[in-house]
Amino acid sequence: MQNISAYGWMLWDGFFMTVLIAVTSFAIALFFGLIAAYAKLTRSKIVNFIASCYTVIIRGIPEYVLLLILYFQGAQLLAFIISLWAEPQGFIEISPFMAGCLTLGFVYGAYATEAFRGGFQAIPKGQIEAAYACGMSRWLVGWRILIPQMWRFSLPALGNIWMVLLKSTAIVSLIGLEELARKSRIAAGATRDPLTFYSIAALIYLGLTAISILLIRYLEHKSHPDRRKGYN
Amino acid sequence: MDFQLVWQYFPDLLNGAWLTIELVALSLFVGFFLAFICGLAALSRYHLLRYLAQSYMFIFRGSPLLIQIYLIYYGSSQISWIKDSFLWAILSQAYWCALIALTLNTAAYTAEIVRGAIRNIPQGAIEAGKSFGMSRWLLFRRITLPQTLRLMIPAYSNEVIQMLHASALVGAITLMDLTATAQNLISRTYASYSFYLAIAVIYLVTTYVISGIFRLLERRLYRHLRLNEA
Repeated sequence: MQNISAYGWMLWDGFFMTVLIAVTSFAIALFFGLIAAYAKLTRSKIVNFIASCYTVIIRGIPEYVLLLILYFQGAQLLAFIISLWAEPQGFIEISPFMAGCLTLGFVYGAYATEAFRGGFQAIPKGQIEAAYACGMSRWLVGWRILIPQMWRFSLPALGNIWMVLLKSTAIVSLIGLEELARKSRIAAGATRDPLTFYSIAALIYLGLTAISILLIRYLEHKSHPDRRKGYN
Repeated sequence: MDFQLVWQYFPDLLNGAWLTIELVALSLFVGFFLAFICGLAALSRYHLLRYLAQSYMFIFRGSPLLIQIYLIYYGSSQISWIKDSFLWAILSQAYWCALIALTLNTAAYTAEIVRGAIRNIPQGAIEAGKSFGMSRWLLFRRITLPQTLRLMIPAYSNEVIQMLHASALVGAITLMDLTATAQNLISRTYASYSFYLAIAVIYLVTTYVISGIFRLLERRLYRHLRLNEA
């Protein structure tokens, strides 16, 4: 009990860090996912091919290995890309937080791509044709018809990706980010009481999962007003 | 990329890959049976059984595998009755802890797949079986089980691939699997690009081989749905 009160604040910090990492990486994943899904659905064969390479390669390699590659080699890679345009201006440094989030976002963006693609394809073709018939431009169709409705169809898959991502944030602890898994490891090592601290960490993750399940269920309820009782 | 160096250390990588495959195959094999028991329990008529199975699934699907591995490996040494019993011979070794964690984890995920598949079996098939006077066991063996296995395949292939990817974490408790071997070689040779790329390619190829095998299996088992193509 004494240990818990002494190290509780550390787990509390770790909990906030975990949520912050998960939310930031998820936002980045949505960004990559939307771009890649659009790239997969355009008419250009080259763009299609690049987007397919992205999803095929990322989904075939463990997150942990990708994390190691992108995290430790990412700075060099970025420096190389920048040096193609500009003169190198000293050493490029990315904060571990941003590097971890970018990596997780990049990885889960590949999974989000498929969710978005399914969402876009589930929109009835008649609506798109109707929009064109009204004289809307391609961008306007995307903005007014596709993107607002795509969320509704992608939501179940995106919910799953969020849950997997939430648990994957524990992997980031292995590259030194101070989140829940890392903090509980430090506390467990310092107090020689791994059972207590890992159990608490597991319970916190379970709590986060439970909240996410409720939230996703609420969003699904909100996004399908037609399926609610008493509507028809 | 330094092919010469990778080739020189290729036997080490193969050893690591073998441990990865061994862990994944064993945990999938045992986990599959556990998953069936758990999935059936989750659909049982008895509240207690259903409740137990569902909490097991929630706990192992709701927390990160890394924490589960840590809990089993580091946490078990604190429980005195485990330390005094024969279990300690097993739980003091990283290999068995990793295997137990992976098995329990995949069993929980697979149980959810089993449950979903059983619930998707057309009710008519089960009613027809009952009306022929089949006993519960015969009904399970001839109708429920074969259809469940078939309905499971698409989701189960994802689970197998996820297990392959999840097994990369066992390096965290000192096991020298493929990823940990590569990290070890990198710290000896400083050739980080080469080894990371090498294992990335190995994982990529293995993933798509697994996915290809399942696709073939799926084609074969769903051939009754493609009669028009022939």
